[in-house]
Amino acid sequence: MKLTVAGEVKEVQDGITIAELIVQEKVETPEYVTVSVNDEFAKSENFQTQVLQDGDTVEFLYFMGGGQ
Amino acid sequence: MAFSNEQLERYSRHIILKEVGAKGQKKLLNSSVLIIGAGGLGAPAAMYLAAAGIGRIGIADADEVDLSNLQRQIIHATEDLGKAKVQSAKETMNRMNPDVTVDTYRTFVDSENITDLIKDYDFIIDGTDNFPAKFLINDACVMAGKPFSHAGIIRFKGQLMTYVPGQGPCYRCVFKNPPPKDAVPTCKQAGVIGAMGGVIGSLQAMEAIKYLLGVGDLLTGYLLTYDALKMEFRKIKLPKDTSGCAVCGDHPTITELIDYEQAECDMH
Ligand SMILES: [Zn+2]
Repeated sequence: MKLTVAGEVKEVQDGITIAELIVQEKVETPEYVTVSVNDEFAKSENFQTQVLQDGDTVEFLYFMGGGQ
Repeated sequence: MAFSNEQLERYSRHIILKEVGAKGQKKLLNSSVLIIGAGGLGAPAAMYLAAAGIGRIGIADADEVDLSNLQRQIIHATEDLGKAKVQSAKETMNRMNPDVTVDTYRTFVDSENITDLIKDYDFIIDGTDNFPAKFLINDACVMAGKPFSHAGIIRFKGQLMTYVPGQGPCYRCVFKNPPPKDAVPTCKQAGVIGAMGGVIGSLQAMEAIKYLLGVGDLLTGYLLTYDALKMEFRKIKLPKDTSGCAVCGDHPTITELIDYEQAECDMH
């Protein structure tokens, strides 16, 4: 199936969970990433169980702390 | 208030724009912006806002100018080493534009002082370098109903978003709680390209100017990310539903400001 991940269309295995996608995408600091699926925030406690569907749009939002 | 001939010339490139005009320039001269942090983000933001003729600019920072700042904090110069950053910033802004009144606050923001600091300003710019301050600024602005620009920069990356009360998610809608101390690199050991502050801090100034003029589309409901190595900007749409947010949601659980613990590397 296909997902749009961070703006890019990607082929992924059917039934992939958010947690599996995080690993596959080599997300930095995965414990602290915010994930949105189709314009809704995914709850971090559901990352292991929430299965993504064909055509879903997934965004990873990262903490960025610098500024000084 | 009529423009002097000098002002007509100084702001001529603004006044000629149909989105600004004489009316818009007057609006800017009657506006106020508070910049929290006179560093990588705050320096370019302060300089462009001063040049633009924002009538009153507040700048808050407790630090002194250090040699390692000068690679990116372009409002300070070599002769300012050891000087309070807010003083050095004020001198630069005064030199750039005598129309601007600069108010300096030589302090870090905390739960005790922030509400008082932001209350007399039209727009706030978060130019701080740590999560406790970023969450504090967010919560204080949400509680006081103040618009602000959030930004962060690290290495070759930067991002920003704009909060306007009632018009979209706040920082906490997206990021919930500060990460534990030192869990996410924030500061000096991670490094940052100096020009990154120029890119993102200038975008913060742009958001402030657009908000004050009431023109264009702000980054409300979006996170703009910039990856300099890929030379790629992305405007990421944020979820609209803010009802569950702990501070701006329908049933806020955070009703008092919180002083989170600073990460080790932010200590001075
Ligand atoms: Zn919120």
